[in-house]
Amino acid sequence: MTQPAFYVSPEQQIRDRADFARAGIARGRSVAVVRYKDGILFVAENRSQSLHKVAEIYDRIGFAAVGRYNEFENLRIAGIRHADVRGYAYDRRDVTGRMLANAYAQLLGTIFSSVMEKPWEVELVVAEVGDKAAEDRIFRIAFDGSVGDEADFAVMGGAEEAIAEALRAQYEPNLPLRLALICSITALNADPRNADEPLTVASLEVGVLDRTRSQTRKFQRFDEDAVAQLLNPKRKPARRTRKKASPAEMDAGGETVAEPPSSVDSAQDAAGDTASRPRKRAPRKAGPAAGEAAEQ
Amino acid sequence: MSRHANSHSSRQGLPELTALGGLGSSFTEFLAHTQRDLLPDPTATATSAGDLAPHATTIVAVTCPDGVVIAGDRRATMGSMIAQRDIEKVYMADDYTAIGIAGSAGLAIDLVKLFRVELEHYEKIEGFPLTIDGKAHRLATMIRGNLGLAMQGFVVVPLFVGWDLDRKKGRIFSYDATGGCYEAFGFHSVGSGSVFARGSLKKLHDPKAGVERAVQVVVEALFDAADDDSATGGPDVQRRIYPIVMTATANGVARVSDDKVAEVTASILERRQRSDEEARR
Repeated sequence: MTQPAFYVSPEQQIRDRADFARAGIARGRSVAVVRYKDGILFVAENRSQSLHKVAEIYDRIGFAAVGRYNEFENLRIAGIRHADVRGYAYDRRDVTGRMLANAYAQLLGTIFSSVMEKPWEVELVVAEVGDKAAEDRIFRIAFDGSVGDEADFAVMGGAEEAIAEALRAQYEPNLPLRLALICSITALNADPRNADEPLTVASLEVGVLDRTRSQTRKFQRFDEDAVAQLLNPKRKPARRTRKKASPAEMDAGGETVAEPPSSVDSAQDAAGDTASRPRKRAPRKAGPAAGEAAEQ
Repeated sequence: MSRHANSHSSRQGLPELTALGGLGSSFTEFLAHTQRDLLPDPTATATSAGDLAPHATTIVAVTCPDGVVIAGDRRATMGSMIAQRDIEKVYMADDYTAIGIAGSAGLAIDLVKLFRVELEHYEKIEGFPLTIDGKAHRLATMIRGNLGLAMQGFVVVPLFVGWDLDRKKGRIFSYDATGGCYEAFGFHSVGSGSVFARGSLKKLHDPKAGVERAVQVVVEALFDAADDDSATGGPDVQRRIYPIVMTATANGVARVSDDKVAEVTASILERRQRSDEEARR
């Protein structure tokens, strides 16, 4: 016998490891990261109020992840440390999304190809908001360390393909925040697991990187109330005390639509009735050009 | 855990992944563990070299029902020379707190920079900010770390203020060079002109008056300090350099605009001028 009985070819080994990681990621609920007029919107399906899938890394950099919580939490903390050390040693402007995406890619790539460690069942997005929309970046880092630069949006998690397709059908560049949010929620509802019970405000985690914020830290998390308020601007806020409210974000909610739709499902109507943006009622199919990059 | 402590460099800069092992969410401790050289070094060997570097002077703060107001003059001195006329000694530490610094300017500004990252780092990792008492004690530990340099003349004495989100009131914390942290009620001042400023604050401070009045009080206290202390800078009307004033209220920390401070200064100058003329008559 020339080979031991337990020989596994390298190709097979890599395939097995990738399958293992994909299966782990597919069990999780999804996250959509979408560019909108003033920055980048993160919408995650997340029933926990305290275990976050979306987080702030640095002034202009946000983080979203799907998969195994302890693993991406470790990555989040490592990213914050990396960014804070960089910004402290040099200057705050020297911390970039590209740098962080590279660091994550190196790390995940090393772990994936290391025989000693199990592959990590995580997929990440590192998004960076620029001064101008043209400088916004969405980097997507897969479990094996491969990096992609997404043009308009990125979807990760269990029903990734169905959601990406739903999003592609509705997405348009430069959507106001409210419409981008409605678009994303509608898309997340395309997850077959949500067929019986559509998402409610309580099962969403929402954050934005908003370039119009006056603070240097552009990331802002929306709590349940703020999301409800954003979806329905005419609704009376439950509490007046919103932490860290800046003038820039106070008017973000009410800027767009004259007639708020009664539910998330009427996104299509809302998208056509935008008061602030004169444009024709575009056909719903935006075609593959809009979101070509979002495939696996 | 400790065997990983220095292994992060092999992973292209991303620090070690394990959040456990006592590192927690403190940025300073993390740096001490991984990049000691980036932290201020308390073991310099010179003796009594206090005049080597610029010295920042007076900071005052008063509370009012809506929060707390902090202000600092703009002068830095080296011995009897004015090193800088427009130095900034009052900084926003985070959304609800501000810090003013007296003492060795270079070290103090570095300390503020580190302290700001420390607060932000904790908030990002934990998902919620420290309480104001936690922030105040954290600052005390950082001051204590500077004790070696303080004994050679490079003293850093901050004044820390902020809006307490739990108790819904403004609070003031003062420090000594050994890292002692003391809460002050009503008003406080630190730095070379603090004696004169405190006398002024004692008479002017009205715990029931609004933010507007508190701003007038701190500006006038700095005026009094500059009047009698050569190291404290008065309002520089010619160059339009005025004290930096910040308020911390339920809405967060905000800097009072230079125009507003100029207006307050002008009314103080006018009043003082009038009473001076009357006294000499």
